[in-house]
Parts: sequence; structure tokens; C-alpha cells
Amino acid sequence: MALLLQHVIDAITYGSQYALYALGIALIFGIMGLINFAHGELIMVGAFTIVLIGHPGWPLVILATVGISVVFALAMQRVAFRPLRGAQPPTLLIASFAVSYLLQNLAILIEGSAPRGTNVSTWLAASFEVGSVSIPRLDVVTVAVTAVLLVALGLFLQRTRMGVQMRAAAEDFRIVRILGVRANTVIATAFAISGLLAGIGAYLLVAQTGEVSYDMGSNPVLYAFVATVLGGMGSLRGAVLGGYVFGAIFETLQAELPSSLAGYRDAFAFGAVIVMLLARPQGLIVARSVVTRV
Amino acid sequence: MLRIEGLRVNYGRVPALHGISLHVEAGEAVALIGPNGAGKTTTLSAIFGLAVPAGGSIVFEGESLVGTSPERILRKGLALVPEGRHILGTLTVAENLLLGTTARRDRAAAAADLQQVLARFPVLEAYYRTSAGNLSGGEQQQLAIARALLSRPRLLLLDEPSLGLAPVVLDIVFDTLEELRKEGVTILLVEQAVARAVEFADRAYILRSGRVAGSGTRDEIQRMEDFETSYLGV
Repeated sequence: MALLLQHVIDAITYGSQYALYALGIALIFGIMGLINFAHGELIMVGAFTIVLIGHPGWPLVILATVGISVVFALAMQRVAFRPLRGAQPPTLLIASFAVSYLLQNLAILIEGSAPRGTNVSTWLAASFEVGSVSIPRLDVVTVAVTAVLLVALGLFLQRTRMGVQMRAAAEDFRIVRILGVRANTVIATAFAISGLLAGIGAYLLVAQTGEVSYDMGSNPVLYAFVATVLGGMGSLRGAVLGGYVFGAIFETLQAELPSSLAGYRDAFAFGAVIVMLLARPQGLIVARSVVTRV
Repeated sequence: MLRIEGLRVNYGRVPALHGISLHVEAGEAVALIGPNGAGKTTTLSAIFGLAVPAGGSIVFEGESLVGTSPERILRKGLALVPEGRHILGTLTVAENLLLGTTARRDRAAAAADLQQVLARFPVLEAYYRTSAGNLSGGEQQQLAIARALLSRPRLLLLDEPSLGLAPVVLDIVFDTLEELRKEGVTILLVEQAVARAVEFADRAYILRSGRVAGSGTRDEIQRMEDFETSYLGV
């Protein structure tokens, strides 16, 4: 029983991480049809900020991490994606790969290719003991922070003028522009939010792994992309749900696979995703805007 | 107010407009009629910055609109009710209307305008909090017009507002346009319901195959012997 509880907690923690990454990707895809693989590098630059800033106290570290990720998100939008606005999705996708490789190679040039170890927080590294169950504080924080961000983003999208504009832009960008919605502002805001999500994701990820490297964003963003597809491309709820489902698949495999097969965890996980997509190719939640667009 | 000279628009290599010229004076209601594919929608799209002209000029109150983004064109005092309505179906009626006030700086006046618009289209008040995608075609058209009015346009462009509407709803639409005209809103109307459009308008242009095939006042157009044939393009 205690073991099962432990697995459930782990699954929700994994899921929270993926949901956080997936949301950043789904937000941009919904609005401009761009699958931003350079989202991983927003996580990476945030993570390097943690290493480079030293130990000025966690509030400042988080502020700097998020700030740098947001700045890079806005910069990549302005420099790489804005000139391509209205381009075909494959063009945008390739551009995002280019940005991704560029930033990775810049990181190698400046910081080298060897992973750097860092200790984010000793407090986070400890565990809460509840009876016989030991719950890492980081897990609790990850789940709680993700929940707060999901609610905050939901409120932002539902209650604010900019939120309504973003939802409208995700449905039909042409029409919102003739209503006077400024395309540049909406897209920049979406990138800023994706940068914020990446920055917080970076902090939680580094707290977990204690390691920073130039390609650390690649796997998270790949998993997040799979979670987005699983949840239903273009749906924010789908991205979050996909993140948690993927987290559950991952944790189940981690717990149940015999040790001789443990190395193939990812292969099994992606296999499970393929089976799910065969059964439901449109993803778990179908975004209405995507339906009408096709 | 609006002056278009020699406007050419191509879709890829296919020319859609071969250099049309037209003008709309302040306070006028002008109809743009013609068969399918004549270039009516393209003309409105070009005015609103949604189609890029290959040549010619579009001048609104002395300022060129060519190369201006749709969001800036709206801020110059134009509004477009696009063909097929294009309400935002995943949003509520209230949110659609809120988007109509995007460019307004005078929030208090915008709120008052919203009340006025809801009084004019009671059906929108009835469904205020529901998803706009659930509205009927006629209700969606009313929403699209209401939404455009909330930017307080001085020149209102309408593309086929009667398309697919029941006669009763059509009356509501044209009654609204009539009221707007009395309030001093200038109107450029693209319409399939030709007789109705010409009857409503002060002047009309007949477009055919991307060219202006004829133009005149309401009486002149109605007297044109070949009016039906020029419209049908036979």
C-alpha cells in the first residue's frame, strides 16, 4: 500500500513536470501553429542561470531563472519566428530546430559540453516523512507549483482581456486582427508565458537532477511534445492531461519493468503512446479550433 | 472618404482584380454587386489589409492603407464584417463582443455602446454567457455586426451579410444598416441579394471578372436595361 502510494506520488510528480513543459509548447502551437522545439533551450538557459548566479537566495535565483528564460523566449520570437509569421508549419518547425541547435552550440562554446553539477537547495533535497511513506519535498513543491501555475494560467485566459484575445487568436488569427487585436502583442505575450513556464520548469528540473548541460532541454521537450500530441494538438487542457498520462505511463514502467528491461523504459513508453494514438489518433481532447481549421 | 484607384490583386499568378477604381463619400451607403468570383470579397480584403495589392492605391481620409496591418486599419476607423460571419465559436457571446472593443480607449463609452448594442440585438443579451458557436446563422450574423459596431467605425464594410439568412433576420440586418446610415456611419456593402442591396444603397458598382463593369446611383442602376444580365454575367 505504501509502495503504491509512493508510485502514485511519483507519477503525479512526473506528470506535473511534463504538463509544465507541454503547456509551453501547446500555447505557442495553438496561437501560431509553431511546434517550438527550441522550448527545451529556454529550459537550458534558465538552468545555466542557476549555475552562473551562485547562491543569492532562492527568491532571487528563481526570479533570475524565469527572467532569463522569458528574455530568451521573447528574443527568439522576435528574431527567428516573427519574420516567418504566416509561413507553413514545416517551415516554422525547421526554424525552431535551427534556433534549438544554435542555442545548444552557443552553450557549448561558452560553457563547454561537460555537464555541470549544482546544488539548488538542500531544503528541497530532503523528504517529508508521512508514516512509512517518504515524500521528497521537491515532489510536493513540483506538484503544488504546477497546480498553482495551471490555475493561474486558466484564470488569465478566462478572466483577462489579453487572455480572451489569446484564446480568440488560437481559434482564428485573421479574424481577431480585423477586430483590432495586435498580433505582435498577443504572440509576444504567449512567448513570455512559455518562457515563464520553461524557467520554472528549469528550476524544478535542476533541483531534481542537480545537473546542468547544453542538451538538458532536449529530452523534456521531446516528452512534452509527445504529451501534447497524446493530449490533442492545439488543446491546452489536452496538453496538461497528456503530460499527466505520460507521467503515469513512465512511472508504471519504471516500477514494473524487470531490471533487465529497465533500460528500455523510453521505448516501452513511446510504444504505449503509439498504441494510444492508434486507438485515438486525434488525441485525448480535440481542440475545436483545430477541427474547424481543417 | 475612401478612394481606390487602379487596384490590382493577384492570388498567386491568378489576377483577381484587374485595376478597379471606386470611391465612397462620407455618409454614403455604397453597394458592390456582381457574380461569384467577380472580386468583391477580394476588394474588401485588400481595403482591410488582408490581401496584398499588386498595384494601385487605397486611400482612406487622405492616408494610404496599402501595407497597413488589419489591426491598424481598424484603429483608423474602419470595421469589417467578413463573409461567413467568422464569429469565434469557442468563445462566449460576451467575449466576442469584448473583442469588438479591443481598440477602444474610452472604456466607459465602450461599456455604454455595449448596452446599446445589446438593446439593438436582444438575442445577444439572451445568449450573452453561452458559447457563440451554439448560435444559429442569423444570430451569428447579428453578433458579427454587433461586434464590428463596438469599434465605432466611421466606415463599415460588410461582406454578404444576408448569406444564408431567413427573410425575417434579413429584415433585422437591413433595418440595422438603415439605422446606422442615419447615425452617419458610411457603409460599403458587398451583397448577393442584389435587388435588396441596390434598394438600400445610394450608389452601386457592378463588378465582373475583376473589373468595374458599371456603376451609378440607385435609380440609374435600377433603370439599367441589362442590369440582370450584367449581374448574372451572361
